[in-house]
Amino acid sequence: MTAPLSPALGRRNALEWLLPAAVFIAAIAGWEAYVRAHAVPTYILPSPSLIATTMVADWPLLSASLLVTLKTTLLGLVLAVVGGVALAVLLSLSKLVEYSVYPFAVVLQVTPVIAIAPLLLIYLPQDIAVLACAWLVAFFPVLSNTMLGLQSTDRNLLELFELYGASPVQSPAARFGSRLKALWILRLPAALPAFLAGLRIAGGLSLIGAVVAEMAAGSAGAGSGLAYRIMESQYRLNIPRLFAALVLLAFTGIVLFLLLSALTRILLRRWHESVLAQEG
Amino acid sequence: MAEIATPLVSLQGVTKVFTNGVMALADFDLDVRPGEFLSLLGPSGCGKSTALRIIAGLSRPSSGGVTWPNAATQDHRGEIGFVFQDPTLMPWANVADNVWLPSRLRGVSRDAARENISESLSLVGLKDFENAYPRELSGGMRMRVSIARALSIKPKLLLMDEPFAALDEITRFKLNDDLLKLQRDVGCTIVFVTHSVYESAYLSSRIAVMTPRPGRIAAEIEGVAQGGRDMDFRTSTAYAELCRHVSRVMIDLTSNEGALS
Repeated sequence: MTAPLSPALGRRNALEWLLPAAVFIAAIAGWEAYVRAHAVPTYILPSPSLIATTMVADWPLLSASLLVTLKTTLLGLVLAVVGGVALAVLLSLSKLVEYSVYPFAVVLQVTPVIAIAPLLLIYLPQDIAVLACAWLVAFFPVLSNTMLGLQSTDRNLLELFELYGASPVQSPAARFGSRLKALWILRLPAALPAFLAGLRIAGGLSLIGAVVAEMAAGSAGAGSGLAYRIMESQYRLNIPRLFAALVLLAFTGIVLFLLLSALTRILLRRWHESVLAQEG
Repeated sequence: MAEIATPLVSLQGVTKVFTNGVMALADFDLDVRPGEFLSLLGPSGCGKSTALRIIAGLSRPSSGGVTWPNAATQDHRGEIGFVFQDPTLMPWANVADNVWLPSRLRGVSRDAARENISESLSLVGLKDFENAYPRELSGGMRMRVSIARALSIKPKLLLMDEPFAALDEITRFKLNDDLLKLQRDVGCTIVFVTHSVYESAYLSSRIAVMTPRPGRIAAEIEGVAQGGRDMDFRTSTAYAELCRHVSRVMIDLTSNEGALS
């Protein structure tokens, strides 16, 4: 039964790649044709070919900016993962800590980061403020998803744990020890799928946080990241460079998403529905 | 018959009231004899599972007590294997690591447990599936893994909470036979919760019939002794007769209850 199935599957996979690629190329070609046919001024809408040549010509400048934004985004994401997971674990170990801390995490999340960015820029050095912004927005999805994952551990498995594992001595220290053990053996692996879903959201948000903060900093005339280049290009009516920077930002976002999706697939390959379903 | 005189576990006057006020068990008395296959038979919600959880120590009785007359220690968790209705496997770990869990929780390293793991798996006929993941197994095989995990600590007492209820009939029959063989090989005592008259009649050396609200044991029926079954037992008249008897007891009890309420 597999023989007649696999060519059909292969054809579908090819279509999945070819169709969006064809639409993309058609859109670019249409854009190019429109700009040429109507002689649209470059400060209103540059043609794709001009954007490409600008990208090459301005590459030293743009690549340096890309590096800055990339560094902020990744560092923000890493800090968000470390902080989010650590806090989620802490909250899952103690209800007292959860009640006293979690509301503040929610407040931080629901306050739009663009409103905090100017304040951060007053209190912190510019690069640290941008990093703090990226961290702030990426932090919450990691925290809330990891918490959800930790709480959704199979109840029966936890009972099994109690039956086979819990120390007969019920001192507070022993109880804490067995909680740590349950965390390590059961809760953390059980939380992995939810954590990874949070990580994928956090990756995109970290980039947004970095861009928002760079823009806030850029409007104050300081900065060097891609979003700052966009602001600067807008002030100078260098619209082709603005587009080139925008393309790089979009590209960064896509690569980040693909990398995190690949990580998810590798880690959950053998056991989780979300990944197995894709394999049919 | 000295072993009947000293039960393995004894529940006396056990009452369990949940925090929401529901009385799950009232004046529940039960002796589990060493080496027997005891079924707790009753309709859903009659407190069968609660009784099992109290024996396991997963739940504390509101009043009354659980005693182990011949035991030297107070902590019996090392002697109990528990099988839930769901296989309850860790989906992220392969079969061998799942079976390792109880030993792992007692500080046995994976290397030291290796022999024990493959021994437990061959008992349930899954020797070649050590590296498979639960997702890759059928429902019946997952339940076998769950049983292997419970057996891995060589329990004196195996508690099973409707383990085969979610399986198809063919798989269930096969697992019934395998479970009886397993008990002969391992020599443990089994307490088996079920709502199936036929399953309890097939498996048990003794059947305790329970009635609900509050749950208590309303009748005890002697089943077929160990080794008393042959290949054709499932189609034998003796089995049919036993099923009829158990059914009649059940019907009498539930109609009595209907008259009362």
